[in-house]
Amino acid sequence: MLIYAVKRFGIAILVALTVSVLSFSMMYLSGDPAIALAGEGASQEDIENVRRVYGFNRPIIFQYVDWLLNALGGDLGHSNYLKSDVASVIFERLPTTMILGACALGFALVLSIPLGVLAAIRPNSLIDRIALTIAVVGQAMPSFWFALTLILWFSITWRLLPITGTGSWLNFIMPSIALGYYVTPAVMRLTRAGMMEVLSSDYIRTARAKGLRPMTVLFKHALRNAIIPVVSLAAVQFGFMLGGSIVIETIFAINGLGFLAWESILRADLPMMQAIVLVLSVFYIVLTFLADMLNAFLDPRIRVS
Amino acid sequence: MSDAVSTERPAAVAAEILEPSPGVLMRRRIFGHTGFMIGVVVLAAIFFMAIFAPLISPGDPYDQVLSRKLIPPIWHESAKATWEHPLGTDLLGRDYLTRLFHGARISLLIGFAAMLISGVIGTTLGVLAGYFGGRVDMVVNFIITTRLSMPAVLVALAVVSLVGSSLTMVIWVLGLLIWDRFAVVMRSATQQVRNLDFVTSAQAVGCSTPRILFFEIMPNIANSLIVIATIEMAHAILLEAALSFLGLGVQPPEPSWGLMIAEAKGMMFFDAWLIAIPGTALFALVLAINLLGDGIRDVTAPENRN
Repeated sequence: MLIYAVKRFGIAILVALTVSVLSFSMMYLSGDPAIALAGEGASQEDIENVRRVYGFNRPIIFQYVDWLLNALGGDLGHSNYLKSDVASVIFERLPTTMILGACALGFALVLSIPLGVLAAIRPNSLIDRIALTIAVVGQAMPSFWFALTLILWFSITWRLLPITGTGSWLNFIMPSIALGYYVTPAVMRLTRAGMMEVLSSDYIRTARAKGLRPMTVLFKHALRNAIIPVVSLAAVQFGFMLGGSIVIETIFAINGLGFLAWESILRADLPMMQAIVLVLSVFYIVLTFLADMLNAFLDPRIRVS
Repeated sequence: MSDAVSTERPAAVAAEILEPSPGVLMRRRIFGHTGFMIGVVVLAAIFFMAIFAPLISPGDPYDQVLSRKLIPPIWHESAKATWEHPLGTDLLGRDYLTRLFHGARISLLIGFAAMLISGVIGTTLGVLAGYFGGRVDMVVNFIITTRLSMPAVLVALAVVSLVGSSLTMVIWVLGLLIWDRFAVVMRSATQQVRNLDFVTSAQAVGCSTPRILFFEIMPNIANSLIVIATIEMAHAILLEAALSFLGLGVQPPEPSWGLMIAEAKGMMFFDAWLIAIPGTALFALVLAINLLGDGIRDVTAPENRN
C-alpha cells in the first residue's frame, strides 16, 4: 500500500509540474506578452519598459522557475485588470464554485445510483429502458441550452425559481441540475454494470441461499462492492464539473471561479487565466490521487497489482 | 421406422440450408435495431440539409432585412407568420431556416475535422502504448493523465481567445484537446488483441512492426475506433456550440447553432422559439450521432451489449 501510494504520489507531482509548464506557456501563445500588455499604439520605448518591469527580457526558463516558486509560496501573480492579488481573488471565488460542484454532484448521484441499481435488478424492464433513455438523452443535450430551457420553464413560465445570483439556496437549484445532469449517464451506466456483475457472483448466491432478506443482500452485500468504482468516477467527474462550470456560471451569473475565468478571458487578463487553469488542474490532480488512494484502501486487489 | 428417418433427415438438411447467411443475419440486426435506424435517418437528413443548403434554403444566410425582423415561425398563431419564412426570422431579419441549414454545415465540418485530428493523435498514442507496453505505455499514460487534468473547456476558451478565433482555429484547438478518450480506449483494445495467436504468428513469421500494427492490430480494433469516433464527433460538436455560445468560437455573421442561441439569448423571454429551434437541431444531431455509435457497437459486436 505504501509503495503504491508513494509511486502514485510521484506521478501526481510530475503531472502537476507538466501542467504548470503548460499553463505558464499560455503567456507566450499570443506572441510577445510585453506588446500585448503595453496595449495598442504603444511606442517601442513603452514596450521595452514593460518588458523590463515585468521581467520579460529574462530567459524564459528563469521566468518560469520564478513563477513556479511564487506559485508554490501562494503568490499567483498580479491581475492585469483587477489591480489586485490573483490568489486572493481566486480563493474568494472558489467556495461558490465548490458549493455548486458539490450540489451538482449530489443531484447526479441521487438521480443516477438508484436508477442504476433498479436497472440492474431488472434488466430490460421498463425502468431499465427509462434509465437508458435518460442516459442517451442526457448525453446529447447541450448544457447551455438545457440551462436556458430550465430558466424558461422554472423562472419565466412557472415563476418558481430566481434566474441569476447567489442570494439563497434557491439560486443553486437550476445551476446544479444543469451542471449535474451531464454526469448522470456515466454514473448510471457504471452503477448498472457494477451491480449486474456483483449480483451474478457466487457470494451473492450464497447470501441468498443463507436466507438473508433480499434488501440486506442488495444493499449490504451487493451495492457496497458495486459502488467502489463509482466513488472514483464521482471524484473525477467532480473535477470535470469544476472546469465545466464556466458555461453554467456564465448563464446564471454565479460569482464563482468559472465566471471569473470567463471575465478574465474576455479582458485578456493573462495572470488570472494562468492561475485559474493551474488551480483547477492541481485540484483535479489532488482529487484523482485521493480517489485512487480510497480505491486502493477499499479494494485490496488494486494495491497488489 | 425407416420412413421416419428418411423424412427427418431431409428436414434437418433443409433447415441447415434455410439457415440465413451471415450477411442476412447482419442485415436483420441492422434493420431490427431501432436506435441505429433512427440515428441513420436523422443524420442522413442533417447531412442532406448541410450538403444542399444553398439549393434548398429559401434565402441567404447573411441577408439582413431589418423591416422583417423577429417574424415568428409558421406554427405560431400570429398575423406576422408567413410561409416565406417557415421558421421565422432572427433579430436582424435573417431567415432562420436558411441559417439553420447553413449552421448544419459548420457543426458537421467542425465535428468531423476535430474528430479526425483527435483520432489520429489519440489512436497513435493508444496503439503504441498498448502494443509496446512498458516504458512507452508509462509515457503515454503520463501524457493522458496530464491532458485529463487540464479543464478542456477552459483551456479551449483561453487558447482561442489568445490566438484569435476562426473556424480553422476552433477545429485545431478542439482536435488537439479531445484525443484522450481515443488514446484510453485504443490502448486497452490493443492490449486485448496484441497477445492473440495471429499477432504472435505474424511476429514469428518476421513481419515488420508497422505491418503488424496496420494489418494485424488495426483491423481488429476498428470496431471500437468507429464507436469512439462517433462519441468524439458528438463531443466536438457540443464543445464548438459551447465555445460559440460564449462568444469565442465561430464568429458572427457565420450561422453556427451555438452562436444562434447566444444571439437569441436576450430575446428568449419574449420569443422562446429563437433558442428552441437551433437547440433542438443541436440536440437532434448529437443524439443521432450517439445512437449511430451505440448501434454500430451493438451490430458489430453484439456480445458486448449489456
